[in-house]
Amino acid sequence: MKKLIQLFVAIFLISGIILFALNRLNATQGYSGKNVLNIYNWGDYIDPELIDQFEKESGIKVVYQTFDSNEAMLTKIEQGGTTYDIAVPSDYAIAKMIEEDLVVPIDQKKIPNLKNIDPRFLDLSFDPGNKYSIPYFWGTVGIVYNQKLIDGKKPTSWKDLWDPALKNQILLADGAREVMGMSLNSLGYSLNETDEIKLQKAKANLMDLTPNVKAIVGDEIKLLLANEEAGIGVVWSGDANEIMSENENLNYVIPKEGSNVWFDNIVIPKTAKNVKGAHEFINFMLDPKNAAKNADYVGYSTPNEAALKLLDRDVREDKRFYPDKQVTDTLEVYENLGKEMLAHYNELFLEFKMHKK
Amino acid sequence: MQKTRNWYLIPYSFWIALFVIAPIVLVVYYSFLDLEGHFSFVNYQKFFTSTYLTMTLSSFWYAFLITLFSLAIGYPTAYLLTKTKHKQLWLLLIILPTWINLLLKAYAFIGLFSTYGWANQTLEAIGIGRKQILFTDFSFVFVSVYIFIPFMILPIFNAIEKLNPSLVFAARDLGASSFMTFRRVVFPLTIDGVKSGCQLVFIPALSLFMITRLIAGNRVITLGTAIEQQFLVTQNWGMGATIAVFLIIAMAIILALTSTKRKKGATT
Repeated sequence: MKKLIQLFVAIFLISGIILFALNRLNATQGYSGKNVLNIYNWGDYIDPELIDQFEKESGIKVVYQTFDSNEAMLTKIEQGGTTYDIAVPSDYAIAKMIEEDLVVPIDQKKIPNLKNIDPRFLDLSFDPGNKYSIPYFWGTVGIVYNQKLIDGKKPTSWKDLWDPALKNQILLADGAREVMGMSLNSLGYSLNETDEIKLQKAKANLMDLTPNVKAIVGDEIKLLLANEEAGIGVVWSGDANEIMSENENLNYVIPKEGSNVWFDNIVIPKTAKNVKGAHEFINFMLDPKNAAKNADYVGYSTPNEAALKLLDRDVREDKRFYPDKQVTDTLEVYENLGKEMLAHYNELFLEFKMHKK
Repeated sequence: MQKTRNWYLIPYSFWIALFVIAPIVLVVYYSFLDLEGHFSFVNYQKFFTSTYLTMTLSSFWYAFLITLFSLAIGYPTAYLLTKTKHKQLWLLLIILPTWINLLLKAYAFIGLFSTYGWANQTLEAIGIGRKQILFTDFSFVFVSVYIFIPFMILPIFNAIEKLNPSLVFAARDLGASSFMTFRRVVFPLTIDGVKSGCQLVFIPALSLFMITRLIAGNRVITLGTAIEQQFLVTQNWGMGATIAVFLIIAMAIILALTSTKRKKGATT
């Protein structure tokens, strides 16, 4: 019994010390005080040096937190426990946030650097007039292929993926919108299709793809493609860019039937406490030099025209990541189809996943 | 005395009420809500369509396979363990992997089983040639068995440890062959260990998720995967809760079927 008490006292003491140390650490990080900016962004999606620079220039302390899916971000902001001043959701999530009144309007007068943004990326369907969101990065969904593994074939369209020679060579991203969108596009339909007959056709079309599909995976797709586990992957352009620098056999193509183009924009959530600081931060990120530095670090396509001019020539002229207007015209944004339709998309995707070879 | 003893139960009953009963009530409540949050039976109707019934059956089938292989490997291992000199050391070695995060182990297996991984290099070296190991039923069952096998070995080990060796000697003295001794004496007396081992493996195996994606590449869809998707991606909490209700029912049935009734005066 005495030993047990000693043990309990020891555990109690250690926990107390850890708690105290934690409090001190938080205090020195400046969690208290008014001039703090809470940023909620995707993991590894900003150049950390820019945060330091912003802190020095503005005198605002930045607290940076990350999420790994729009849904996780939405849930956290809906609950409103943390007072995020800045968040970076994707297009359809922005539409949803506007609809559910989770964002604060942005005062464009306070963001003079907005003039640097390419007008192509302004006034898009998910946020007409950019009342609530400012472009951060953009990209596409497309095909990564490894010429060495698929006998020098060069897929150029979604239809090419149905080639029987590609048996067991395809890795798909685990997303209902991406995979259903691919099938819809390959049939010449819109990837925002809601017509039941066309959706059923798209599902049947996917079932035919089953023999070629090796696996449907999440973020591991980068690792697997870089290690040549499969010859083809359906991925986001940013991921493609990242693994292409690791394995030079890889190449990226935007299928000619069209595909998804996505935008990650900066918004100010309803929970924001430092709206003024948030505007300062957005303006800071849109500065050509800063945006270029950020694009250089992150590797995604920047919507900032002035920053683009500052990037290396071979980056800026890479048509795979900065496609011409005639290509981007074939691309579609995911529209917010509503909960009901999204559930249906997921249901069809689930049936495809369960379809045995 | 009786009264004070009841007082001791208070912290635990609070715990049970808050973290066991309340969540189950909530799960059942949510299962009757449709996407718009209205009361309806639509989720239950959906569950009884071929998609979800097939999924339920295949979950049971994989859980059964995982339990079967765990038992087939676990029982002899536990038996041998009781005969070894450094029992505690061996036991520690068996328990050790359970201290490592599941996700880390799954990623390690991706490396081992990949096309250019260690397993395929070995296959090639001995002349069989490369095979697809990752993203197959085999790899899924293999990794699951690897993860669950300590939970099968431990209860069986304890049961065999408690077995009075003189019973075995008596059986042998009376002329029973070693197989007969095992079948008539050792196995019936250790059946409780086998039962609790099977519970500890089968029930979590039913709701496996994560490794269905990492190791089986979503070629195996279990009820656990479906619940995860409904909550995190589709945000159809009602459907997720409905699947969870059926999972809870299934687990309750399994527990009831394999429950060990203490016979009066039975000493093992």
